[in-house]
Amino acid sequence: MKPGTTSAACVALLRRDLALTWRRRGDALNPLLFAVIVVALFPFALGPEAQVLERIAAGTIFVAVLLAALLSLDSLFRSDLDDGSLEQLVLSPHPLSLLLACKIAIHWLTTALPLIAIAPLLAMLLHLPDSVLPVLLAALALATPLLSLIGAICVALTVALRRSGMLLTLLVLPLIVPVLIFGAGACNAAQAGLPYAAPLLWLGAWLVLALVLAPLATAAALKISLT
Amino acid sequence: MNPLVLWFHKLGSPPYFYRFAGRFLPWLYAIALVSGAIGLYGGLVVAPADYQQGDSFRMIYVHVPCAWMSLFVYAFMAANAFVALVWRIKLSETLAMASAPVGAAFTFITLVTGSLWGKPMWGTWWTWDARLTSELVLLFLYLGVIGLYHAIEDVRQAARAAAFLALIGVVNLPIVHYSVVWWNTLHQGQTVSLMGQSKISQSMLWPLLTMAFATHVYFFASLLARARAALLALESGKDWVRAIALAQPTREASAHG
Amino acid sequence: MAEFFHMGGYGAYVWAAYAVFVVVLLADALAPLWQRRGTLRDIAARLRRESKRKTTP
Repeated sequence: MKPGTTSAACVALLRRDLALTWRRRGDALNPLLFAVIVVALFPFALGPEAQVLERIAAGTIFVAVLLAALLSLDSLFRSDLDDGSLEQLVLSPHPLSLLLACKIAIHWLTTALPLIAIAPLLAMLLHLPDSVLPVLLAALALATPLLSLIGAICVALTVALRRSGMLLTLLVLPLIVPVLIFGAGACNAAQAGLPYAAPLLWLGAWLVLALVLAPLATAAALKISLT
Repeated sequence: MNPLVLWFHKLGSPPYFYRFAGRFLPWLYAIALVSGAIGLYGGLVVAPADYQQGDSFRMIYVHVPCAWMSLFVYAFMAANAFVALVWRIKLSETLAMASAPVGAAFTFITLVTGSLWGKPMWGTWWTWDARLTSELVLLFLYLGVIGLYHAIEDVRQAARAAAFLALIGVVNLPIVHYSVVWWNTLHQGQTVSLMGQSKISQSMLWPLLTMAFATHVYFFASLLARARAALLALESGKDWVRAIALAQPTREASAHG
Repeated sequence: MAEFFHMGGYGAYVWAAYAVFVVVLLADALAPLWQRRGTLRDIAARLRRESKRKTTP
């Protein structure tokens, strides 16, 4: 049997992953619900004063979104490993990193994009000033793909484990500290009336770097995990 | 073949390394202990009290060498991880994984002594100062490497996965450090430095360097001891390990036989 | 001597820092010893079991 072209393989993979997500669309809502719950808990703990909430809004939303994305990371390769299709991917004649990039892209589209979509709602709950909202959305748009890409490497390293929950968090945490610092930092700078372009540009630079390197690293990690 | 290269290849063989390390270990421990004792004596007794910080500055002699070691050990681990992944040398895997707990121990000491130093100097146990924060992230990286290594059942696969994580950490560490520095300037945090701007005097410096030397030697001693133990477990089916195990007088053996 | 332990009022901090240093490194030094002894004991026990199985049919 002659293998098809690489682009055909990528399209097939994208369509398959989208179809699978659509069939389990209830699960896809879990991260959203989680983020809303986390954000909703803060006013109960800190009191409902608008000034207090305004001060912590950007940081809280960022942490909530990162935790929600972290929660969904475990499912990135889980079902593929269980039904054996992950091994098929590794054995396929097409470049593994490219196929994994497709998988990560779908994962970002289905878990992180909805989180960005509800970010205005979360911002409203915490009285984030309207002027900061575009910066928050821009920072999230740059930070969530970074998280998906960095997270994918760690998931690939822990994929063979039966229970990887806590370990995955431990692996991802130190790697996303800079993302959190610059993402939330841009929002805080905007809120304080300071220039916020520099942290956003840094995030963009890392995103470009991660877009190139992370699929390669994920492929290498997956090969280690599945030998 | 060049005798040095030949020796290096021989060192890669586990039984040879086991015997070689066993011969050097007592010496390394002795050197570390003696130089550590001299360094501590110099630091606690000989060095004069600092004109600003008084006697509390004496914590420098454990804090700073351990902070240096936490980075040195990470670099050593990453170098071995690189060799292990590229050339698939079993000994490098063992060395990389053996250095992780030692590095974590040094990082932990750095954090605790930094906190103990911060209390009298800054009036607080913890500040989110750039260096302490980076050190905390470094501890998480070490714990991640150790955790991943112990979570995967197959030892060699675990070592390769953890080695890969260690290499990712190398890319991450400078990014973390510079982002934390940037974050600190944004938040106008404490910029007080424990070391001060003034030049350190000769009588204060030599105990510090001696301690740094002692911790380096100690690291290699602990590394060799851990690598020896790990090699025994890794090669438990091989003849040379059986010979060592049978030669070992055990309480169980005397009770049964 | 008491003055030495007092450390100009910082005694508790200084000695706690040195104690942490010594205790953690001591634990670190003992861990491989215990690990090595445990591994050797396990291997020796396994070898004895195997030889017993061979001699008694």
